[in-house]
Amino acid sequence: MNHSVAAEKFIQDTPRVNWHDKAVWYIREKRDRAVAFVPEWEELRDAAAAIKGETISKLDEYLVQFESRAKENGIIIHWAVDGEAHNKIVHQILDKHQVQLAVKSKSMLTEECGLNSYLEGQGIEVVDTDLGERVIQLAKEDPSHIVMPAIHRKKEEIGELFHAHLGTDPGNNDPNYLTEAARHHLRKKFLKADAAITGVNFAIAGTGGFVVVTNEGNADMGVNLTPLHIASMGIEKIIPKPEHLGVFLRLLARSATGQPITTYTSHFHKPREGSELHVVIVDNGRSRQLGQKDFRRSLHCIRCGACMNTCPVYRRSGGHSYGYSVPGPIGSILSPNMDPEKHASLPFASTLCGSCSTVCPVKIDVDKQLYKWRQIITDKGFAPTKKTMSIKLGNYSFSNPMIFRVIGGLARMGMKLLPKSLTNLLLIKWTKDRDLPKIPKRSFRDWFLKRERVK
Amino acid sequence: MGRVALFVPCYIDQVYPQVGVATLELLEKLGLDVIYPTNQTCCGQPLGNAGYECELDEVANWFVDQFAQFDAIISPSGSCVHFVKEHYSFIDQTSSVKYVRNNVYELCDYIVNVLKLRDLNAQFPHQVGIHYSCHSLRGLNSGMPSEVIGGDHSNIQDLLESVRDLSIIKPDRRDECCGFGGTFSIDESAVSVKMGQDRSADFEKQGAEYITSTDMSCLMHLDGILKRSKSRTQVIHVAEILNQTMAVR
Repeated sequence: MNHSVAAEKFIQDTPRVNWHDKAVWYIREKRDRAVAFVPEWEELRDAAAAIKGETISKLDEYLVQFESRAKENGIIIHWAVDGEAHNKIVHQILDKHQVQLAVKSKSMLTEECGLNSYLEGQGIEVVDTDLGERVIQLAKEDPSHIVMPAIHRKKEEIGELFHAHLGTDPGNNDPNYLTEAARHHLRKKFLKADAAITGVNFAIAGTGGFVVVTNEGNADMGVNLTPLHIASMGIEKIIPKPEHLGVFLRLLARSATGQPITTYTSHFHKPREGSELHVVIVDNGRSRQLGQKDFRRSLHCIRCGACMNTCPVYRRSGGHSYGYSVPGPIGSILSPNMDPEKHASLPFASTLCGSCSTVCPVKIDVDKQLYKWRQIITDKGFAPTKKTMSIKLGNYSFSNPMIFRVIGGLARMGMKLLPKSLTNLLLIKWTKDRDLPKIPKRSFRDWFLKRERVK
Repeated sequence: MGRVALFVPCYIDQVYPQVGVATLELLEKLGLDVIYPTNQTCCGQPLGNAGYECELDEVANWFVDQFAQFDAIISPSGSCVHFVKEHYSFIDQTSSVKYVRNNVYELCDYIVNVLKLRDLNAQFPHQVGIHYSCHSLRGLNSGMPSEVIGGDHSNIQDLLESVRDLSIIKPDRRDECCGFGGTFSIDESAVSVKMGQDRSADFEKQGAEYITSTDMSCLMHLDGILKRSKSRTQVIHVAEILNQTMAVR
């Protein structure tokens, strides 16, 4: 769906959009306070961008290195060209182990691939164990934010949802009470589960190990209680050496939630005795993005969500308005690579204010990439509004001062002389909630020429 | 300091001539030899941001031809200056194109960083809120964005702090975007209007009599919203403030 249409719907509920804007902005302010404690913040961003830049320039080498080290450690490696291949691989592994219930910690990649619905279609129950993810799973919704998937839901709504699904007391919206209820509910699932699925935040080429960060410890619960761990990672999750972790871990949690570090930073290097550890390495359009010079840097992304929190459009349109697994500014430069026609409106869902680029811990030039996607989408004929005639007229008149002045003069006269109802009709989108400027008698140029004559 | 050219963006020429007048008068009072090339049209930003850069060769080359022979090109619009500086990479990079891109300045940037002036001896006895144009702030580095740690310095604030009897009022969100965004204001009118309403409400809440900016386009959008709600808060371009009552020193 066109972003502007979905956004307009979201905005109709003024108290809710105000609440959403404040809730998300609160995280941006929390991030600012956390960052202020790190005097070398900008140097850290530079270092992270340099490491990522070097890594993706030799991604093939690092991936193969990771694979061979991981295999030496006893990890089983799989390669998936796209989401479908990923889902099939995961299903085959689960099937081989006769898994009926899998617990999953938060993974945006599995959202991107649509793993849950695929596995459910194969008769396997998947339970998301991150609290926010569990909320939207019960509500049968997609995440609206990559770090806070249920940020669009108020606690009252979560209270109702838990009352219906988990049997909590009706009308009790106390966050501690609801969290405790979820904890008991999830504990039962953990104890019953046959397998754990996690994402990967960082995979270290030099050691063949990987790191998963959570605040709830749910990844560790799943992995340590079940005999089978499947970790899904995008090809861009590689970092060369363990010492690079320090740079990214310091940036990630501060950028994401304003915490100095996540509660849990779990390192996995080899399978636990008596268990199996699989890593599925997924491309799903990433190597195509890597092949495009203008858009390559989007693969730096460490999925912190800071660009969403700072984005004035995201805060007022909500994550679902983007219609893609990763919403907000970063989603708007990743999604056109997947399908430029389907996601054509997203690069235009921005004022190009640039705050996403300055807040980004790995220095992705998000606003510049939005601008570049606009050129490509227009060139392909997918632009949300077709403006070809007026645009051609614009080009013609802007490079022809005579015509420009005639058109400008006519427009000014028209705005003055035509009845307000008619100009309003012409400019209906502008004037629905905004007045038009008062149109002057003469242009600056006319004033200037008159002044010159008087001189 | 030889001859400088005044670049008056198309919409200022047509809709806000008083901003062009104030800019010209101000630069002349500062002792500059200002030329207004009368065949200038538009920098092409509205088309570029709408994704039609491919249609802009003639526009950009025309722009460069009008301005390449001056020591500096000065404009009361950070956004248009940013477009020329940042986006004129799509035409052949002749020496003229490079020259124009390197020597085009937003007005406050030119006064503070080239002329090295702060106090212009202006007077404006009002409560004024600064609205940061995103393209000036982040695109031209005319100040420190709130997400970057290191104080709240900016060119426009430097100049306004020296204006007699003017008090700067600060909104809760220092540099939130107003939501104009060129064609965004039409394509995404619901979000655009909501952003503008929130932005203007922040200034009104602090008791601003005026909202000022380096960009008239942001102000046009905010003004449309303020007028619709019959607000007493008005908009005024920074050039109009700096050009007020320059008493003899």
